[in-house]
Formats: sequence, C-alpha cells, structure tokens
Amino acid sequence: MTKQIIIPFGPQHPVLPEPIHLDLVLEDEMVVEAIPSIGYIHRGFEKLVEKREFTEYVYVAERTCGICSFIHGLTYCQGIEEIMKVEVPERALYLRTIWSEYSRLHSHLLWLGLFADSFGFENLFMNAWRIRERILDVMEQTTGGRVIQGSCKIGGVRRDINGEKLAQMSKDLDSIQQELEELTNVFLRDASIKHRLKNVGVLSRDDAYSLGAAGPTARGSGVAIDLRKTGYAAYGKLNFQPAVESDGDCYARCMVRCRELFTSIDLIQQAIRKIPDGPTDVKVTGAPDGEYFTRSEQPRGELVHYLKGNGTKFLVRSRIRTPTLTNIPPLVKMLQGCELADVPVIVLSIDPCISCTER
Amino acid sequence: MAFFEMAKTALRTVLSRPATIRYPFEPAKKTLLTRGHVTIDESKCISCGTCQRKCPAQAILLNKEEKTWQIDRLRCVVCNSCIDTCPVKCLFMDTQYTAPVVSRGVDIITITYVKPVKAADKGEAQG
Repeated sequence: MTKQIIIPFGPQHPVLPEPIHLDLVLEDEMVVEAIPSIGYIHRGFEKLVEKREFTEYVYVAERTCGICSFIHGLTYCQGIEEIMKVEVPERALYLRTIWSEYSRLHSHLLWLGLFADSFGFENLFMNAWRIRERILDVMEQTTGGRVIQGSCKIGGVRRDINGEKLAQMSKDLDSIQQELEELTNVFLRDASIKHRLKNVGVLSRDDAYSLGAAGPTARGSGVAIDLRKTGYAAYGKLNFQPAVESDGDCYARCMVRCRELFTSIDLIQQAIRKIPDGPTDVKVTGAPDGEYFTRSEQPRGELVHYLKGNGTKFLVRSRIRTPTLTNIPPLVKMLQGCELADVPVIVLSIDPCISCTER
Repeated sequence: MAFFEMAKTALRTVLSRPATIRYPFEPAKKTLLTRGHVTIDESKCISCGTCQRKCPAQAILLNKEEKTWQIDRLRCVVCNSCIDTCPVKCLFMDTQYTAPVVSRGVDIITITYVKPVKAADKGEAQG
C-alpha cells in the first residue's frame, strides 16, 4: 500500500478569496480524501436578529455576503412580506428582478475572473473584472452602493429608476453583451483552457442530486434546478430557460455560468421592456407573527431564509442556508481521485463563498 | 478548438487607454446617489433620537441633556437608514467617503436647534 500523507489546504491559500480549510489525504499525487473544516469567519448574524428591529435587519441580512448582498436582502424581505401578508407593488418586483440579475452578472464575472486566476490566466482575470466594473457602475448609479445596494426594503424598494435611466441601461447592456461574447469565447473555445478544465472534478448527475448540489454546480451536472422558475419577484412574468450542461466537470460548470450571463442580460432587457408604472413601495404597519421558509436563486444556487416572529418588533429566529454550504459535500466528492494540482481549480469551480456559509 | 482566442482583446487593450483611473491625481468615480458619509444640519435637529434607534450598527448616540449628536464613523455602515427615517430631514448623505484615520474616535456635533416659541406663549411672554 502506498504511504498516505496529509497536506493542509487553506485557510490561507493564494487561490482562496475567503478562508476554508481542507485536509487533503494523498497517495502520491492523488487525493484520496478531502476533509473540510469551516468556522474561520463566523459573525453571528442569525443571533443578531433578536437585537435589531425587523425593519433594520434588512441591512444586516444584506451584509451576510459581499457579492450576492442584494439577493440576501430580497429573500429576507420576501419572507417578512409573506408572514405579514404584504402586497408588494408590481414595479417594485420588477426593480428587484433587475437588481438581482445585475448582482448575478457581477457575481459571475467576479467568479470568471477568479477562476481564470486559479488556472494562471491573469490577463483574462483582469478582462473579466474590467467588464464587471461597468456592471458595478450601474449598480452605484441606481442604488448608491457598488456591492452593498441597500435598495430593498420590506414592502417594496427604496429607490426608483426613471425611464430615461432604464433606456440607457438597456443600451449599455447591448455593448456589454458584445464584450461578454468575446470574453466567454476565450473561456469556452481556447485550447489551453479547454485542456485544463475538461474532465477535471467530474460530478455525476446522481451524485449531484443525492449530495444536494445547488445552482450552477448542480446544473453543470445535468440537474435542472433553478429557483427563478418558481416565479418569485417578477421572474414568473419573464421568459427564460435555465442553462443546463450534462458533463459535470469544471468546463461544464464554467459553461453554465457563461451561458447564465446572457440569460441575465436577456432577463434584464425583458424586465425593462415590461416594467409597469406605479408606486415602488407600500407602507408596512404592525409586526410579523408567524414563521416562513423563503427561497431564492443566488448566483451560487438556492438560498433559504427561515424567519420566525412572535408579534413583536424583534424576530425570534432567523436561519440562513446558503448554497456554498450545500455545495461542500459535492466538492468533497469531486476532490476524491483528483490530482493535487487540480485541487485549486476544483475548489474554485463551485464558486465558494465562505462568508455567506458561516454567516 | 481555437488558438489565440485572446489575441484580439489583448491587442485592443494595448492600443486603448487604461481602464483604471489615476487616483489620486484624477478624482474617484462618484454618482449623485453614492453613499459616502452622513452629515447633519445641527440647526434643524429636534433631538428625537429616531436615527439612534433605527441605526443597525448602533453608530449614532444622541445626548438630549448635553444637546450633542455623535457618530462613530468606523461603526457606521452608511446604509441610509437614519436619513430615510429622520422626521425633520436634517440628515444628509454626502457623496464623499471619509478620510482614513489612524485612531478610533467619534464626531461630536452640538445641536443648535431652538424650539420656536408658539404664538400663544409669545403673547404670554410679552403680556
């Protein structure tokens, strides 16, 4: 039997933007087992729900994650609105959809950049982030914040976007789309990248399903789960098909995200065309009494917020389950049998967001 | 399978202007809505304390006896909550970020608002 050695990977590693620790059990250069451990950046957001009024907790919920912050805020607001039976105006739902899709665009571009960096293509990393900057600019112009938007509130949205700005956004997206086509062609067609990603970190459809993979990790393995199809916010009124690939390797996951960029642009364009006039918020009185599980599609997969109120201004329980947490068991499965040199690429391929995971 | 897929982009990047701003020689990007830091019009503040209660980061402290309004800039998460809830609209968002500091501290502002004397009281005072 070959001698086994354990190599610690993380929490500080050049490829990891956030700390997660993996103990890699190796036989020669091959990983036979990966043992993950988290807990480096736990901040206790769920407990904070007892100390902040439910209306102010939106700001805390948003700060759970620095990348998909808007969607955290949106999901929390949705939960409270369901408990309190608040009817959100149509225009607010469309604006929420637009900002959610902008978040997805910026998150996927961030990931494409980091992914390029993980296989050593720094120029591509810079190019992805240059396009991302244009998305962030729109976010800042419409909400006031680049990554923490703070534009969602219980009963609607805090800010409106006027027709002129919407038309300009639509025009900008056309030129962004052209740049994205160029960028994604490099990811999907370039010989060296294809060689690096094909058949690396393969996750079968059955494994993806039984281990509870979420988002692009699941869709890259052929599991067509997309929470946007449940029709929350204004997604029910927009027409789209989730991107699904069947290979289950790093290339398939990359391809899913590349295709989702264009789905997001299409969704924003549809929302801009269909957005109705009207108020953007309703006045909310009283306090939530009851409990609710609310779900939404983050750039990384399914996000679940569980909220429980007792009729006072302070909720009694909040539970946040983020997609990265559910993607860790599939990651461990992917790492079994891979080469040590492939570990950084495979870890990055699930788009780990550890701050989210530990809340 | 393609080779040199990146060449076109790389060539254009070489020939175009840099995507970055030469900060601090050029000013940083700002928009009308940019959340920089919170400012107060001390002559309008009625010391109601709503901003303090609604602050999710507990950065604001209002002292009604001493008539001071203080904010810890390092605690403030610049969320706009205080500005949205202020009943007399005496709080504003400045688009400029605060300058870096080397030590913790709070900004203390003395409230200069004077409650206007009502017409009836005025009459009594004069009478």
